[in-house]
Parts: sequence; structure tokens; C-alpha cells
Amino acid sequence: MNKIVSKEHFSANVVKLEVEAPLIARSRKPGHFVIVKVGEKGERIPLTIAGADTKKGTITLVIQAVGASSRKICELNVGDYITDLVGPLGQATHIEKVGTVVCAGGGVGVAPLLPIVEGFHKAGNRVIVVLAARTKDLIILEEQMRANSDEVIIMTDDGSYGKKGLVTEGVEDVIKREKVDLCVTIGPAIMMKFVAALTKKYEIPTVASLNTIMVDGTGMCGACRITVGGKTRFVCVDGPEFDAHQVDFDELLMRLSAYK
Amino acid sequence: MSRRIDMTEQEQLITTRRAEPWREELRKRMKNKERTDIPRVKMPELAPEYRSHTRLEEVNLGLSPEQARREAQRCLDCPKPTCMQGCPVGIHIPTFIKNIERGEFLEAARVLKETSALPAVCGRVCPQEKQCESQCIHLKMGKEAVAIGYLERFAADYERESGQISVPQVAPANGIKVAVVGSGPAGLSFAGEMAKRGYDVTVFEALHEIGGVLKYGIPEFRLPNRIVDVEIDGLRRMGVHFITNCIVGKTLSYDDLHDDGFRGIFVASGAGLPNFMGIPGENLVGVMSSNEYLTRVNLMDAANPESDTPVQQGKRVAVIGGGNTAMDSVRTAKRLGAERAMIIYRRSEEEMPARLEEVKHAKEEGVEFLTLHNPIEYLGDERGRVRQMRLQKMQLGEPDASGRRRPIPIEGAIETVEVDEVIVSVGVSPNPLIPRAFSGLEISKKGTIVVDEASRRSALPDVYAGGDIVRGGATVILAMGDGKSAAAGMDEALRDN
Repeated sequence: MNKIVSKEHFSANVVKLEVEAPLIARSRKPGHFVIVKVGEKGERIPLTIAGADTKKGTITLVIQAVGASSRKICELNVGDYITDLVGPLGQATHIEKVGTVVCAGGGVGVAPLLPIVEGFHKAGNRVIVVLAARTKDLIILEEQMRANSDEVIIMTDDGSYGKKGLVTEGVEDVIKREKVDLCVTIGPAIMMKFVAALTKKYEIPTVASLNTIMVDGTGMCGACRITVGGKTRFVCVDGPEFDAHQVDFDELLMRLSAYK
Repeated sequence: MSRRIDMTEQEQLITTRRAEPWREELRKRMKNKERTDIPRVKMPELAPEYRSHTRLEEVNLGLSPEQARREAQRCLDCPKPTCMQGCPVGIHIPTFIKNIERGEFLEAARVLKETSALPAVCGRVCPQEKQCESQCIHLKMGKEAVAIGYLERFAADYERESGQISVPQVAPANGIKVAVVGSGPAGLSFAGEMAKRGYDVTVFEALHEIGGVLKYGIPEFRLPNRIVDVEIDGLRRMGVHFITNCIVGKTLSYDDLHDDGFRGIFVASGAGLPNFMGIPGENLVGVMSSNEYLTRVNLMDAANPESDTPVQQGKRVAVIGGGNTAMDSVRTAKRLGAERAMIIYRRSEEEMPARLEEVKHAKEEGVEFLTLHNPIEYLGDERGRVRQMRLQKMQLGEPDASGRRRPIPIEGAIETVEVDEVIVSVGVSPNPLIPRAFSGLEISKKGTIVVDEASRRSALPDVYAGGDIVRGGATVILAMGDGKSAAAGMDEALRDN
């Protein structure tokens, strides 16, 4: 049982929760995720950790209400408990000084991108963040991103904020104007597929953090399996980050629709 | 005379117990001939047609007190009970059986608990025909073995239902903290043994429920979760602490455990990763591991409309493999409404590793057996859902390294079968979490933790290991035996310090 100590609405469907989890707060690193279950008959779903406060013993989760289980989590309030929370899971992001890093985030993928942006910035990289959303209201964590990077580029589908266009256009503008050594992308699978296609064209190494269907999250069930470079890999224990140019995104998209 | 002096403690106990007056008197009551002439009891079970549609009801119903006492009479109370050598945890088999014969059922249960942390579980899922019962004297006389497993289950169930559950005697607390990684059969058995010796035991479990494979793997119709819970409750009453949602190696490191004062760690993290065959189409939607399928149904209760977890409920379900997990999966599929539930196995039925009882039950419930068939490809529709499988027909050749006849493809003999769900049950590999997180362990090529055969001690002096993380895929009772020997090994090491 993990208590919710603060709640903030980023938009109608996106909430940020701070949850008591002192052991996870202490051991988690950028890139790690947790499995969350709400209620006795709840579903176990993976959520990437968006931050932690070791002094308060809390971790931050950002959740978008897309299905029954994520809605249940979004409906929890301060003082409520998450029935089951386990982690940190997966492999941490490999952070080192590489030069210039473009971090491209879409939707709630922006939340787990924040600790990665912080990590690369602290490691002495030039970090350029591209945030994308359908419309202005759905852009999240802009301020925190600005505080931890060299530049933030905002892209909206409807042009209501920043530049009008897709995340890929924002990334390509950067690539055209300066040398980029690494790209990190987190967002909807379809978005990451197009970011990967773009950076492949320019031969820029790219890492994508994948969010698949999982049950246990520890390697036991294999529900999260994907194909990377022709080989089957488990997102929960081998990932969640992979070489985006090797990921079979079409298969990933197909597998994500298993219960739709 | 010399043999008397060499007698082990165990042998002495057997002899002393056998010499008790009530037992001598009981032996005299019937002639051996009368005892061996009694036919072996038949386990009462639910009718196949009924049970193949009921998801939660146990197939085996258990013996009545009359049936149990009658079956107990068959046991000859041998002076050298060979059955005990067939038991990985060394249950005092004749002692518990003779207590059943004289009607002291609670005493029978108490005897079981001296050596087994989970008698109600073992009485249901142990392959007795390969263990204790395979050593029964009756077999040497051309008769059927005493139904030791059924009797074990009877005594454990009787005690639970009586409400007079005994708690094994626990030695005075010695204040030494030991940690257990994983709450499956190996971990629970170790925890019980160490609690009896007075240790302060904490079990860390990654999932949200205690019980490991007993909960997520074995279905309700073979082992109801409430029965596992009663056994776990017994351990709690012995002072064992349980912490769920905690992954040693992730949530807590090896160093964290030391900082928290744990002086010994028993790793029983199980066989984590499901194997796949690496054939085309295996990642189509509708193809899944038996671990995923059974976890959804058993642990997450996915077939219950009140559960948030979904599970596919196919109409034409193929289960690949011939082990107990494959049988559990295919029988579950039948219960969830499959019109065709098929076992696809590349060898013949004779080589199947599953227990005979499971195969028999599956057949009675209408499961089809496509033996000497091996899947080579799955084909899907435009949405990526599995629709067909291509099966290569096989024939048996010369015996291979496992001693079983090797399956060889028959050239050109390929057939296509319609399916909408495929459950791959071709074994598991050890969970890599602990091997990755604890530096200093010796890890085999297969990914298992290497331990000393007797003490179960690993290359890290304070770390012991047992169950599937060492064996790579075995049975509940072998895991329990490991827990027991690891407890003896760790106890000896900690006491000497």
C-alpha cells in the first residue's frame, strides 16, 4: 500500500501523482519503471518513473487516462493508497557525455523523459528538448525541461503554441542546423516509429523507451516481447530502452492492440 | 550389532516410533495378506463433462474418513520403509499412515508438518508415482502402491477443516535474521525450517501475492489458492514475516539486506523466463507463454468478469508442449470455453513428461492430443491475430541424450490447423534478476546458480539457493527438498559463527 501525497492535473486526462515509496525513491534511476495495481481485482500496468524525492521518500508518476485501469489510477486522490506498487524495474538509461543530445517527447512520454534530460544535462551534454502535443493545453513539464536543458522546442499539431507541426519536424530542424550525436525518444509507439525513421536517414544513434503490455514486469510472462534486430527481446528485463533503429515498430503497434 | 551403532538419528526415530505399543497392536490386527488384498482406493472426482466447464472447482474431491482408514490398512508398516527414501523431504510416511488407520487424523497431520511445510499442497501436486509410491513394497508383490499422496492430502485437509490446526514447535528465538528471496515452494519450505530452528525469517516476494508458482502457475481446479493461503498462514503463526511487492536485486540490494542485519540469504527466485521456439509468427497476437496465460487466469483472476485483467478466451486453442504446465494450460482453455483444445507434442505420448493423472484428466475432459506434431510456423490475419499453425509431422528415431527417442521430421508431411490462440509451454529459463544483481555468484551456462549439492551454498558464502533458480525447471517437492537442505546448511554455518 503506497500513499498518494500530492496530485496535480496537467490536463483533463493527465495527472501527476507523488507517491510514497521510499525504497524505490532511493534505488531508482532514469529509465526505470514500476508496476502499479489499484484495487484487489485491479490490473498490473507498467508506468515509467518521472522523478523521485529521496528526502520525502516519494516517486512521481504521470498517468494519462486511456483505459479502465489508467482511469482508476487517475481518479485516486491525495490520501488514497495505491494497492500494489513494485519496482524499480528494467534497465536504467545509459547516460554519458556524448556531445549534443536531442530528446523528443510526445504525450505523457514527456514525463519519463524529464529524468533522462536531467541526467544527460548533468553529464555535460548539450541537450535540446523537443516537446510535442496535439494542442497547447497538452504540453506538460515545459518549465522543468527548460530548467534542465539548453533549449526547448515546442511543436503542436494545431499551431496553438510553439511551432505548428509534428515532433519529427522539430527534430529535423535541429539536425539540419547542428551536429546531433544522440537522440532519445519517448512517446506513443507511432511517434517513436517516425522519429526512428527520421534519425535513421541521418544516421543518428537513437534510443526509444518502449511501453508494452506487461503482467508481472520481471521477465516471467513474456507479454512484453518485441523484435529488436530480428531477435525476440523482453521489454521488462532487457529494456525498456532499445536501439530505435532495430525495433520492429509495426509488430509493437500490432501487439499493443492485443486487447483492443 | 555394528549396524545398530551406525544407525542414524532418522532410522532410530523410525524404529522407536514403530515400536510404540499402539502401533504394534495395530499391526497385529490384520494379517499382511489381508492388507495386500485390499484394492487401492480410487480418488473420487468430479464428472469430466461437468468439470470441463467449471473453472474453479477442484477435480479431485479427496477421500472420506472411511476410505482413508481402509487405504491406510493397506500399508504394511515396513521396518525399513523404502517409501521414505523416495520422499525429498523425508516425511515419516508409515507413522502418519498408521495414525490415519487408528483414526488419529490430527496426529497424522502433525507428523506431516514435522518435515513438510506444505502437506495439503504436496498431497495434491507431488508426482508420488515417481517418488514415495514408486518405492512402495506393494509394487514388488505385483500390487498397486499404497495411495500415500491421497492419504497425505486427506490428513492435511482433515486438520484444516477441523479448525484445530497445529503449529509446529518453534525453538526459542535466536535473534539471527535471515532473508528469503521468493515465496514459492522452495522459499516457503526454507522459511518453515528456519522458523522451527528459532531464526527471524523474512520472505521477500516480487508479486503482490505470496505463494509463487503455487498461486500464479497451478490452476484452481488442481490446487485452490485458499489451500495455499492456509499453509502460508501456518508459517505466519510460526513467526515468519512476509513482504510482498519487493524485488531483491532491484527494490533492495544485496548490500541493503546486509545493512538491515540479514546474515544469510536463501535465493529461491524460480524459473523466470518462458522459452519460445523462435519460429515465424510467434509474436502474433494470440500467441503467448503458458506463464502469461496461467498468470492472467490464476493470479489475476482474469476470467472473472469483476477482474480488470483481460485474457483471451480462444475457441480453437493449441498448447505446445507435453509437461504438467501444458496440461494445466490446455485444461484451463477448455474450462474457459474452447471448443477445440489441443496438445501439440513433438514426441509420442510415452515420452510425455506430464504426470499420468494429468494426461488422463485432460483426455477425459475432451482435450485432443496431437502427438508427433511440431509447430513450424504461425500465420495471422491482417490485424496480426493468429489464425493458423503449420505442423510438421514427426516420427521417433534413436534415443537422444535424455534417453527418450528423438523426434525426426517426416519430410513433406506438413499440415495446417486453424487456431485462434496458441499457448507455448516448452519450458522456462532461470530468472536473470538475481544472477545479474548479486556479484560473486557462480552462474552456469544455462543461467542457473551453482551451489554445493549438500548444503545448497553458493559461491557467495552467505547466499544459498534452491528450486528452479538452481534446477532450471523441476517439481514443487524437489524445490521443497532444496529449501530443507539449504536450511540445514545455513543453520550449521550460522551456528558455528
